[in-house]
Amino acid sequence: MIATVSRKQRKRPSRLTPARVGTYVFLLSAAAFFLMPLYVMLVTSVKPMEEIRLGNIFALPIHGTLGPWISAWTSACTGLHCEGIRVGFWNSVRIVVPSTVLSIFIGALNGYALAFWRNRAAGWMFGILLLGAFVPYQIFIYPLVRTLASVSLFGSLPGIVLIHTIFGMPIMTLLFRNYYASIPLELFKAARIDGGGFMRIFVQLMLPMSVPIIIVAVIVQVTGIWNDFILGLVFAGRENLPMTVQLNNVINTTTGERLYNVNMAATVLTSLVPLFVYFVSGRWFVRGITAGAVKG
Amino acid sequence: MNASPRRRRHQWVVYVALLPMFVTVLFAYLGTVLWSVRISLSSSRTFPADDFVGLSQYARLFNTERWLLSLHNVVLFGVLFIAACLVLGFLLAVFIDQKVRAEDILRTVFLYPFAMSFVATGLVWQWVLNPQLGIQATVRRFGFEDFAFNWIVDQDKVMYTIVVAAVWQASGLVMALMLAGLRGIDEEIWKAARIDGIPRWRVYFSIVLPMLGPSVATAFVLLAVAVVKLFDAVVAMTQGGPGIASEVPAKFIMDYLFGRANIGLASAASTVMLLTVLALLAPWLHSRSRRARAAGRAAQ
Repeated sequence: MIATVSRKQRKRPSRLTPARVGTYVFLLSAAAFFLMPLYVMLVTSVKPMEEIRLGNIFALPIHGTLGPWISAWTSACTGLHCEGIRVGFWNSVRIVVPSTVLSIFIGALNGYALAFWRNRAAGWMFGILLLGAFVPYQIFIYPLVRTLASVSLFGSLPGIVLIHTIFGMPIMTLLFRNYYASIPLELFKAARIDGGGFMRIFVQLMLPMSVPIIIVAVIVQVTGIWNDFILGLVFAGRENLPMTVQLNNVINTTTGERLYNVNMAATVLTSLVPLFVYFVSGRWFVRGITAGAVKG
Repeated sequence: MNASPRRRRHQWVVYVALLPMFVTVLFAYLGTVLWSVRISLSSSRTFPADDFVGLSQYARLFNTERWLLSLHNVVLFGVLFIAACLVLGFLLAVFIDQKVRAEDILRTVFLYPFAMSFVATGLVWQWVLNPQLGIQATVRRFGFEDFAFNWIVDQDKVMYTIVVAAVWQASGLVMALMLAGLRGIDEEIWKAARIDGIPRWRVYFSIVLPMLGPSVATAFVLLAVAVVKLFDAVVAMTQGGPGIASEVPAKFIMDYLFGRANIGLASAASTVMLLTVLALLAPWLHSRSRRARAAGRAAQ
């Protein structure tokens, strides 16, 4: 929604007044502040340790090397295991893909039922569901650990996927409900008169029309689940720790000399997937973070 | 008439389709909250106990130095973080709205930190603020031998470093929300203001800002919820240190749930967090539903 309204007959003032200069000075210094950590992260990750010890985090590398990236990927240690951050990467992929698919399917189904099959009980449930999106996870954690343990899902891949589906449900349902609410009711009524049932209208009429909102939902879920730390830490179990948890373990539990270049390379690697999604999706990303918040 | 049995059958299908949502709400959300509240009223330590000890866990909680410090930290963090994000986010949105060049690039730059995980943010800032090798060392190397910027290892200032990192990450979100609001404002207002000879900054503060009220409220709520949830960034950046100087409630609860195995106290703390969030949300939800109802009436 943002920025689709932008720049209709907007013309830039052509003269450079002091106010214009001030505007650019402010924006450029802000941009420098926002880019500084990214720059430091990138240059540190390609410096040998000797250059890092010289103590200038802003200096460009004299002898650039990709060594830190390779060791971060293949041999960085968490505790006694030195198999690199790639373990966490593949764990995150295994968690993100099924969680995203499942939560989007359920969100779409909920949104469709809420928008077209008005139902009082469902409306109430939806209200509570939305409230749940704001509540800190801490209050749910212990009972959920116990419940999952009692059905032996605690610390397993299906367990963490289920947890992400549960906690992704509010925002997914909201996204799809709002999207379907903008589709003319007449379309739905026509399909009903033609004899379409609940599932048939959903699969054959609504889902094909949902591509834009599915893209938004994929962006929201992939970045959100990839960046999750606390749920993966608690529910994923030793064998499935996601990349963020492994990254924190690599950096905050190492003994001996800290290899800052390897650490920064690992941090960049962990951020690559969400940053890639962000840079490729552009305005869709903004739509994702504002859609749940602005409307609703 | 003959439509009613068919209708009932379809309602049944609706309930089946909504079963995952019903189960989630009843068991994963409501059930777990009641369970946690119940534990907070018992004497549970490592294992849950079935007894009922009233509010004594809460009394103990508010006599625990570490919890009080966590609360103090999160309030300090919250006030500074929300204020800084709102001001910076609003300014960025206003300046970007001045028909500047490379608007898309600037917007991308201001928002990209929001795509990163709090863990990555924490680790980067931990590195930048590292006194031995980070900014302090770099400035000293340029000849300012007495330059000191060691806040991250200073018990009195460590919270400010977390504020800086969090503002860096989240103010782009505020910018995006405000910019969406600014683009929705009628161009006529600018013409009218120009005719009346009102300076631009006056228009922004006296006319535009009040019109952005709903966007500001939404941003405030999102930021406030992020404050209460603050956990990942602290773990990654300071692990609660130096000492316990940057402990926060969310981390307190996790430590007592798992490391220190005191689930009674942890549940009391998470109940306090829940009530805080509900108190923060109530006015916002109330005004939203009132606005929604007013809008619905206007549409009819």
